[in-house]
Amino acid sequence: MELSLWTYEGPPHVGAMRIASAMRDVHYVLHSPQGDTYADLLFTMIERRNTRPPVTYTTFQARDLGGDTATLFKDAAREACERFRPQALLVGASCTAELIQDDPGGLARALGLDVPVIELELPSYQRKENWGAAETFYQLVRTFAVQSNRSATDARPSCNLLGPASLGFRHRDDVREVTDLLARLGVRVNVTAPLGASPADLARLGDADFNISLYPEIADPAVRYLEKRFGQKTVRSIPIGVTGTRAFIDEVLQVAGLPAIDAESLGRACGLRLPWYSRSVDSTYLTGKRVFVFGDATHAIAAARVASREFGFTVVGLGSYSREQARDVREAAALYGLTALITDDHLDVESAIEALQPELVLGTQMERHIAKRQGIGCAVISAPVHVQDFPARYSPQMGFEGANVLFDTWVHPLMMGLEEHLLAMFREDFEFHPDAQPSHLGAAAPVLAPAPAAEPEPVAAAETGWAIEAERELRRIPIFVRGKARRNTESFARERGLSLITVETLYDAKAHFSR
Amino acid sequence: MNISVSPGACAAPVLKERGQREVFCGLTGIIWLHRRMQDAFFLVVGSRTCAHLLQSAAGVMIFAEPRFATAIIGERDLAGRADLDDELDRVVGRLLARRPEIKLLFLVGSCPSEVIKLDLGRAAARLSRVNEAGVRVLAYSGSGIETTFTEGEDACLAALVPEMPDTAPGAPASLLVVGALPDTVEAQFRSLLSQAGIDRIDFLPQRRLAELASVGPRTRILLAQPFLAATAKALEERGARRIPAPFPIGIEGTTLWLEAACRAFGIDPAIVSKLAEAPKARAAAALERARSALAGRSVFFFPDSQLEIPLARFLAREMSMRLVEVGTPYLHRQHLAEELAMLPPVQISEGQDVDLQLDRCHAARPDLVVCGLGLANPLEAAGIATKWSIELLFSPIHGYEQAADLANLFVRPLARRAMLEV
Repeated sequence: MELSLWTYEGPPHVGAMRIASAMRDVHYVLHSPQGDTYADLLFTMIERRNTRPPVTYTTFQARDLGGDTATLFKDAAREACERFRPQALLVGASCTAELIQDDPGGLARALGLDVPVIELELPSYQRKENWGAAETFYQLVRTFAVQSNRSATDARPSCNLLGPASLGFRHRDDVREVTDLLARLGVRVNVTAPLGASPADLARLGDADFNISLYPEIADPAVRYLEKRFGQKTVRSIPIGVTGTRAFIDEVLQVAGLPAIDAESLGRACGLRLPWYSRSVDSTYLTGKRVFVFGDATHAIAAARVASREFGFTVVGLGSYSREQARDVREAAALYGLTALITDDHLDVESAIEALQPELVLGTQMERHIAKRQGIGCAVISAPVHVQDFPARYSPQMGFEGANVLFDTWVHPLMMGLEEHLLAMFREDFEFHPDAQPSHLGAAAPVLAPAPAAEPEPVAAAETGWAIEAERELRRIPIFVRGKARRNTESFARERGLSLITVETLYDAKAHFSR
Repeated sequence: MNISVSPGACAAPVLKERGQREVFCGLTGIIWLHRRMQDAFFLVVGSRTCAHLLQSAAGVMIFAEPRFATAIIGERDLAGRADLDDELDRVVGRLLARRPEIKLLFLVGSCPSEVIKLDLGRAAARLSRVNEAGVRVLAYSGSGIETTFTEGEDACLAALVPEMPDTAPGAPASLLVVGALPDTVEAQFRSLLSQAGIDRIDFLPQRRLAELASVGPRTRILLAQPFLAATAKALEERGARRIPAPFPIGIEGTTLWLEAACRAFGIDPAIVSKLAEAPKARAAAALERARSALAGRSVFFFPDSQLEIPLARFLAREMSMRLVEVGTPYLHRQHLAEELAMLPPVQISEGQDVDLQLDRCHAARPDLVVCGLGLANPLEAAGIATKWSIELLFSPIHGYEQAADLANLFVRPLARRAMLEV
């Protein structure tokens, strides 16, 4: 048993729902108790879908457990086919139905439906959402992609774009960005799947010259199958950031047998601004900012690369909840001299962030809240995300426009250079000192007494106390870094067994930590 | 207030349906119960699905170190039963060490824990004996196979009833108001009822375990919510007697509810009506504005919380709305007898086959649909205004002062549709 307050991933049948909902003309009959329909609202609320997800739940209750749950399942499957007329029927069990062992596959086959039935074996007590999505997509591809009709009409090289799904972080806009980029390279997209594809589209997967695994967490088993079945090559570079996009372009051109191009001028033609923004003097202050990265493996690895090579940050922590891709994350972390944090316990992530005291956190919805609690800036780079990260505006993560989006998104929570400079320069100024009233309140505003109450008591007050002058000095430090300065100084003093923190200690600690 | 009892509704045949139910399970009740019971912790023993449901339903609350969590059953746990007890002990030990302020721990059963027949009642009894912190451990089921949405609160409160001390012999008669209410609502009811002359007023649940009210043959129970069948039964088994009344929703419901309480204590109901004159007048004025937006509009309820019938009664009688269909997950005829007598003739449906119900809803094209979040946006996209129902559990809606807030929850989606030009 694992004590859990929050989970990065849902159960595997939610992964299957993400595939069914992404596709057209597919229906999923899920053997499940009353209440599992909660998952519908992830799609209708977070993703703001305007239709119900194509899922029928058998909704068994305690009184059904005597033995007619199998009948319930058969009725639900038959009625779903009559009502929704899908091209493919997915059938499977949620965690509870897995325990009652009704065999949805066998039951559905016994119905003799005139539609292909795909039986999903999703072990709920071992696996999770992304695995469920990958397995479901693989089973669909295996069922429908049976024939190759390559080179039929179009002379241009063609590819399939695989992995984008419902509830995917920015999948909608990534698909558009990557499709446009491929068009500029002279590569045609044959099928994008599962997002927007029907089973009939999957049947055409073999027509493409190669595949692009856009989100390996979902696409990997399917592309490996297609490599074997049709000998299609796979592009595995993830086009996130400028470096990632250039590597992706190189790999696509190579796999497609097209001549190399000047990626830099292509970037300019596409309106790429990250390289110049990052070189402009205002960004000098980004140099060496300490950043902690956590998310699914694909986004975390890409973000670490972009942070270090394109923003000039120092990556101080890298981790992922994707156990299936743990090896890749470990390899990536080694590039920065780090040990990867592979965990799905958000409390582990919280303590890692607390110990490292980064200046920026790049993570999921959960890291955003952890960072908020610790007063650290944060930007979201990966699912799971909340409704605000399914934005109305165009906001890809991939390609050249994606790089522009990353620049704005990641820099925003940080103090911009000019702002930081001004605050530091004027921090002794009577109007800028930490206890000053906001100027818009005017002279009528009550003058606050120097407010020691606003400052939390030092945690280790018993062992290490602050001398009055040191406390005063601490309060001259701008408020947004004061907490960090306090923690650093206290841990510095504790390590050295100092019982009193003086101004000296404060500056010794500053020197120690700025090395 | 005069009640004109319409003969129609009570007698109308109820449409009973079985099929896919688009409803929450009882685990969801934890989300408002844990706010109410401040020294209690709710530990769901279930699967990753249960944890995922809780975090999906709890929204941002999950980030505030709330007093609930899930012990996720893994593959290893399914291998043998003995192992599960040890695992549970370990998880509970870790939890209680981390949260020393907890006095009451609920082990909440889920579908998986019930299907594998994990006896949480026995586990709770054992853990109550052995834990060093003296934490009381209780168990109830919030599983989807046993409970629908608000029935989770019912199961929880029913589990608390055996913990309530016996009323001392010779103690005066007491009123026990049952159902988790927001603090402000509770204070309003307490004030009116005590001014009317009821000396001893208790509420279930209380904020703290130590404040749990006593119960005995001189206890009269007044249900504040319609979904408390098991709790009422458990209290009745302790000798308490229920006061029949409609539910305190809207001016009419609140007045009848307060009057019923007074009558049960031999107090002239006119006293409480007189005391309530000012809040009633305030509510009436505020409702007048809402009525102009709602009168004549038709409303369709999908089953969700069992609050549907009292809400429909309020919307029909006080807001002059037209009822199309009133769905409820479960119809407790005895507890709802007064409500049903007041409800205009309408198709009541119990249970659900969501596809068939959606067909009926689309055919009727109601002006407003009250439904869950899984259905709301798809219905809006089809051009039908919706009010998502879970908000009715999280917002203060009972009593006079909240009547207009309640009405405005239904006004807003209609007003919004009228405002938007795009």
